[in-house]
Amino acid sequence: MSVPAQTAGLNLRPRRLRLIRRGKLPWIPILILGAIVFVAIFANLLAPHNPEVGVLSERFRPPFWEAGGSTKYLLGTDQLGRDVLSRLIFGARISMVVGFTAVIFAGAVGTFLGIISGYLGGWVDQVIMRLTDTWLALPALTFAIFLAAIVGPSMWNIVIILGAVYWTRYARVIRGEVLSLKERDFVRLAIVAGCSKWAIMWRHILPNVLNSAIVLGTLMLGVVIVAEASLSFLGVGVPPPQPAWGLMLADGKEGLMVGYWWLTVFPGVCIMLMVLSANMLGDWLRVRLDPQLRQL
Amino acid sequence: MRRYILRRAGYAALSLLLLSVTIFLFVRVTGDPAALLVEPGASPGDIAAIHHRFGLDRPIWVQYWLFIANLAHGDLGQSFYYQIPVMRLYLERLPNSMILAAVAMAFSLLIGIPSGILAAVRVGRFWDQAGKLFTLLGLSMPSFWVGLLLILLFSVTLGWLPSSGGGGPTHIVMPAFALGWYFAAAHMRLTRSSMLEVLGSEYIKLARIKGLPQSLVIAKHAFKNALIPVLTLAGINLVLMVNVAVVVETVFAWPGIGRLLYEGIAFRDFPVVQGVVLLGGVMIVIVNLLVDIVYAVIDPRIRLEK
Repeated sequence: MSVPAQTAGLNLRPRRLRLIRRGKLPWIPILILGAIVFVAIFANLLAPHNPEVGVLSERFRPPFWEAGGSTKYLLGTDQLGRDVLSRLIFGARISMVVGFTAVIFAGAVGTFLGIISGYLGGWVDQVIMRLTDTWLALPALTFAIFLAAIVGPSMWNIVIILGAVYWTRYARVIRGEVLSLKERDFVRLAIVAGCSKWAIMWRHILPNVLNSAIVLGTLMLGVVIVAEASLSFLGVGVPPPQPAWGLMLADGKEGLMVGYWWLTVFPGVCIMLMVLSANMLGDWLRVRLDPQLRQL
Repeated sequence: MRRYILRRAGYAALSLLLLSVTIFLFVRVTGDPAALLVEPGASPGDIAAIHHRFGLDRPIWVQYWLFIANLAHGDLGQSFYYQIPVMRLYLERLPNSMILAAVAMAFSLLIGIPSGILAAVRVGRFWDQAGKLFTLLGLSMPSFWVGLLLILLFSVTLGWLPSSGGGGPTHIVMPAFALGWYFAAAHMRLTRSSMLEVLGSEYIKLARIKGLPQSLVIAKHAFKNALIPVLTLAGINLVLMVNVAVVVETVFAWPGIGRLLYEGIAFRDFPVVQGVVLLGGVMIVIVNLLVDIVYAVIDPRIRLEK
């Protein structure tokens, strides 16, 4: 009994691996994301200065190649004399932590609700889908701003809020897949073999929707990072003096009119690079892992 | 047909009900709304007075009923900061947001449709690749950062355009472009795929066999048909633009409802925040319903769907 099961498993796995190996890996987004993760992990070692404490006499120093800049502050300083480079480095940590945990949180909730909604059907399905429709009707960012305004700013509140706002995207897609999966033979066989509903959902349905969840999650990473930056920019996200990129943009806005361009350009470039690589990686994964999502 | 519309309307009504419950509950579950209504550091006596004034000392279903009853009268409460009804404030600002959205939509269609057609006609070649890069950038650059860069270029460096506020026609150029930027990418993507679908159809083949020149086939036969889905999406996006411009309006101090929401947050003016979010949701639910109905009128297949 266990032998055919094992060979079936062996047959499946190499094929999936080969599929990934055959195409060229998207090196650009992998390198960018890898670099950001590296910087985020080793922020303490890499940052030349304390990101939250500045020297007031060194305010508004331009990057080192401009007149008045010094190599002590490679990318200049902000309105409190804090080193921009160090703040960007620690900001990577905030973006990564918020981005990944919010995506995983939203993905876990959305996938779970999508599976039970699609598989159980009936009133469970009705309740979850009506709720999804309603939450999708609110513009995501406005909804997040509303929640953030109620619960107050903190990094973990933002994670929970973004998770609570974005789970609906997963629930919709996953439910659709479950609806077609549950008519398939392997699920019927599992029912005949006497598996309980929960066992079927956990052991047979979940592994089959995981690819879609991963693709969606990668694409959501970019969305969530922009949302976090927007909330921080508006002052309801990560509270100061923490060096979130969106917050840096908000601070830099005052200096913009007098030409302190580095406070606006550098954090924005960081956000763009991260979102760009998440989107590129997501597009690539979509084509590789999930033929059904290709048209999206 | 009538049954279909009734069912859709029922769903919309249910959505509105859930929307009001969601917002009502979130405000009350996440803490004492009175704390949001008073200045920080208010005395317990002040808080008790607020409780009584807004009926927060009554049972929760009574509170919800009052909330809904007021809502039905268009009463969203009083703004703390401006001391006038939230509804009046909202309606004062709404036209500004609509103008901004309309100009942003014009920008996004002017960029999105021609580049989408170009990408479809030259599929796989240079313009298609360039278009792909543009879409990727459009979807990856947050609109408020685009706005800040525009200010840096056109206000600070070149001094051509005013950086903030409302008023003359020059004020609207940059916020509209920043807002339209993201949607241009989406409109281009859809134009391209819709155009590709049309170009592969039988009647285009026929037009080609007839010997019509390429420019005429594309301009007269393909373009018109490919435009239908794009314009549908544009209609929905227009309403979305009115409601998602918070960050762009904040960057440019454009006096629309997004800016109103930001002011509501900054001044701890909670009725304003609640009102703007609620009305945004209402607007979108209604538009979705209208789109469903229009679709059903145009396409009989949808009516028969369960």
